[in-house]
Parts: sequence; C-alpha cells; structure tokens
Amino acid sequence: MTGRRSIALVSMLGFGYAFLYLPIAILIVYSFNDSRLVTVWSHASLRWYGALLDNDQLLDAAWLSLRVAAVSATLSAALGTAAAFALQRLRPFFVARGYEALVMMPLIVPEVLIGLSLLLLFVVLGNTVGWPPERGAMTITLAHASFGAAYATVVIRARLSQLDPSLDEAAAILGATPWRTFRRVTLPLLMPAIAAGWLLSFTLSLDDVVVASFVTGPGASTLPIVVFSSVRLGVSPQINALATLIVAFVSCLILAATLMARRRSA
Amino acid sequence: MTMAAGEARGLRRVILGTTTTWLALFTLAPFLIVLAISLVESRFGVPPYEPLFAWSKGLWPVFNGTLANYATLLTDPLYLEAFGSSLRIAATSALITLTIAYPMAYAIARARAEWRFGLLMMIILPFWTSFLIRVYAWMELLNANGLINALLIKLGVIDAPLTLLNTEFAVHLGIVYSYLPFMVLPIYAVLERMDWTLLEAAQDLGAGPFSAFRRVTLPLSLPGIIAGLLLVFIPALGEFIIPDLLGGPGTLMLGHVLWTEFFNNHDWPLASALAVSLLVLVLTPAALLYRTLRRAEVTS
Repeated sequence: MTGRRSIALVSMLGFGYAFLYLPIAILIVYSFNDSRLVTVWSHASLRWYGALLDNDQLLDAAWLSLRVAAVSATLSAALGTAAAFALQRLRPFFVARGYEALVMMPLIVPEVLIGLSLLLLFVVLGNTVGWPPERGAMTITLAHASFGAAYATVVIRARLSQLDPSLDEAAAILGATPWRTFRRVTLPLLMPAIAAGWLLSFTLSLDDVVVASFVTGPGASTLPIVVFSSVRLGVSPQINALATLIVAFVSCLILAATLMARRRSA
Repeated sequence: MTMAAGEARGLRRVILGTTTTWLALFTLAPFLIVLAISLVESRFGVPPYEPLFAWSKGLWPVFNGTLANYATLLTDPLYLEAFGSSLRIAATSALITLTIAYPMAYAIARARAEWRFGLLMMIILPFWTSFLIRVYAWMELLNANGLINALLIKLGVIDAPLTLLNTEFAVHLGIVYSYLPFMVLPIYAVLERMDWTLLEAAQDLGAGPFSAFRRVTLPLSLPGIIAGLLLVFIPALGEFIIPDLLGGPGTLMLGHVLWTEFFNNHDWPLASALAVSLLVLVLTPAALLYRTLRRAEVTS
C-alpha cells in the first residue's frame, strides 16, 4: 500500500470514529455543566447528578427497568437455548423452514409491529381468558423476553453449531443418560454463548422504548419510557447526566464481558 | 438403553414443546390477531374495534371483514406519501452509510492483525450503548442554540442559526449514525477473508490501483455490501424514534404514522393495516438478506 493511500484510509477511519464518538463525548462533557442552558458552558459541577438523586420518578423507573431486564433476559436465555437446540439438533420434521422463519421473525420485523401485535395479544387474551388481568411490568417482561429470545437464539445456535456432536456420543457410550449428557457436557460448553445471549437480551430490554410503550399499562413506566417522554419536550441537563450514567454502566458491562470472554478463549 | 431412549424422547418433547408453544403464542398468534383486526372497522368503545365475526343474527356467525382500511391506505395521499418517503429515506440513508462504512471496514481489514480486535470493538461498542441516548445526543447538537450552530456563528460562517433539527436531513443523519456498525461489520467480514494476493496479481498484470479495486476488491466484497445495505434499510423502514425526535412534523415515516394512528387517533384497525403493510414491505428485503448471508456462509 502506498503512503498516500494509507494516510487517506487512516483519516477516513479517524473521521468515522469521531463521528461515532463525538456526539456522546460532548453529551458527557456537558452533563458536568452547571448552567441550565444546555449549550452555554458556565463551570463544572455535579449539580445535575445531585438533581437525579432527588428525582423519585426516575429512580423508580430505573429500578423497574433493571428488574424487567433481569427477568426477561433470563427467560430469553432459557428460551434461546431451547430454540437453538430445536433448530440445530432436533430439526422438527414439521415445517422446518417455517419454524426457523418464526424464530427469526423478531429480528427483522419493525419494533412498532412487535409492540402493536403483542399489545393486541394481551388485550385479546385479557378479554377472552381474563389473563393478564392488567398490563404493566409483567406484560413488558413477557414482550421483552419474546424478542430477546430471538437474539439469544442466534448467539447460542452459532456456538452450538461449532460443538462436536461426537462429545455427546462419547458421553453416551460411557453410560451417561441424555439428560446427564446435556447437563454435564453440552450445557457447560454452551455457557459462554448463553451468557452472551443473556447480556444481549438484558441490554436490549434496558434500551427499549417502543415495545414497552405499547404493552405497558397505567403506572408502569420503565426508564426509557420516562426518558423518552422527557426528551420529546426538548433537551435538559438532567437527562444529560442520566445519559452519562447509562452509557457508563452499559460500557463497563460490555467491556468486562468482552475481556472475560477473550481471556477464556485465549 | 431403553431407559436412555425414553429419556431422550422426553428431553426432545420438552425442548420442542417449549419452543413451539412460545412461538405459537408470542409470534404467530399476535400476528394473526393484527391481521384479523386490520380487517374490521374501528368504533368507539372498549376494545375500539368491531368483532371479526358477529353472532347477532341466526345460527351462523356473520363475517364482518372488510378491506376498507387497506383501501384507505392505498387512496389517502397522506399514507401514500408515508410509504414513498419511508422507502426513499431508508434507501438514501443506507447508501450514505455505505460511503462512510466501506472505507472504515477497508482500513480495519488492512490494519495490523493485533489492532483489528480493538478497532472492531470500537465499532461495536456504540451499538451496545443506548439507542435512545445516541439519538438524543444529536438533538442537543442540532438544536437552534446547539453546539453546531454556536460553532458556525462563532466562526462567522453564518449569521443566524440554521434549522437543522426537525428536518429530513436530521433523520438521515440519525439513521446513518445509529446503523453505521451494521454496515461496517458485514463488509469487514468479507474483506477480512479476501485473498489480497489477487489484488497484487491484478496490479502485476497492469491494472492501476483504481481499476484493480473496481474489478477485484469491489466484486469480491459485494455480498458484504448487499448484507450491509439491507441491514440498514430494513430497520430504517419502520423506524420510529429517529423520525419522532429528529424529524419535524413534516417527516412522514410509516413507523411514526402507525404510532400516531394508535396512540393519538386510537384507530387500532388502521394501525393494524399499517403494520401488515410494513411487514409485507420488509419481507422481500429480508428474504434477500437471508439468501445473501446463506450464500456467504456456504462459500466461506
């Protein structure tokens, strides 16, 4: 590669990373701005972080979001594992192609459609069988689990396709029952992928506005719903502080997970 | 042995049973309900739609289905414009994303092997951080008193602030920014596997660097380009948050129109008809994406 071309490439790369990171970096810097005007810098302070601690509505919403994300990610990981097995190992004889399309559906379908369709499901179920009795944390959790499961399936299935089936055969020859083989051989080997699927579903749930807005009921507002309705009214320094905390939290989570996965595979 | 066989059958039954029940209840049934409600008329009441079958007269239920909602979508200029501008904005945004992402993917693929992991991580990390916050960051920058306007005024480029927020430009920017990783990754994946000696061979045979790129690198990276274009185009088509926060009231996109019909006008049947149309629009590019990825998998 000639010198001039590599300079052009490096500057394109630099431009790209600046484009990706500058908006977030500016938001973080201005979250420490004391001024009420978002764009006029007065002096550095933690004023808006202090204001966050007094905002009970935000704190309640954050706590609800964490609970919903943890439960729905766990459901997603379990369902994702089952679906990955169904697709990769069992290959149901009925509608093999259609089965796969159904599993992958939430990956390509627009969020507004997922939200609307699940809401209508809950409405119809509520009117016919009386369950769920009301919409709120429970319906958001189920909705998040259902699209999270699709993402978890992709991650877990990729790992499952790399596992050597002869390991299962070896375990069977040595006298392990299928359940014991699954629990002692396959599951431990799949664990990193299941953890990655859990983490992916967890962050997707923590970030979702659209689906949660559709399926929620009175009184249950997740953090993204609260942030979204406040952002719709315009920018505010308190949201900058909250955004900074969210970015810091998620980045730490992802970096830790990546480094752990790297160390394990190395 | 028979016990093991019985257990294997049991395990199989549990796994298939769980997956099938889940899919039937949470993927198939919701879609069928949307389809059914898209075929009835809206009304005042709870729920705000007519039943698809009515048992009012005689022994047999009366079928209430109508295509009126679809007729509205196909005749009302508002919805036609929403279809047109969604397709247009999604397509142009995907092409703009490509022009930024391709050089980045190329540079990463040609970087030293020990740097690639870190460079890729830096592409993926923003994708994991909150989508909502990344869009919000642009609201702050594009605002009339935002940093971009403040900077341009200070530099003397403009006298009065430009209207950047609530424009179609801002919607494009938001889509390009949010979905850039989706374009970089598949292009990087094909470039990383490419045999670079082919490029040297082309140059040895007298091709200039530009023509070698056009006739060797570009065709070989085509599966990555197609996958990347579709990975941006598909979610952009039904996008809600970006047009809502960055686009003005003049920006009509299907996801946003659906939201408004549902939450503001409480017209559930029309929102359902929009949802079905959106799904139909997404199906062709999705099938194309599936084929591209499948083929790339087979050849590698």
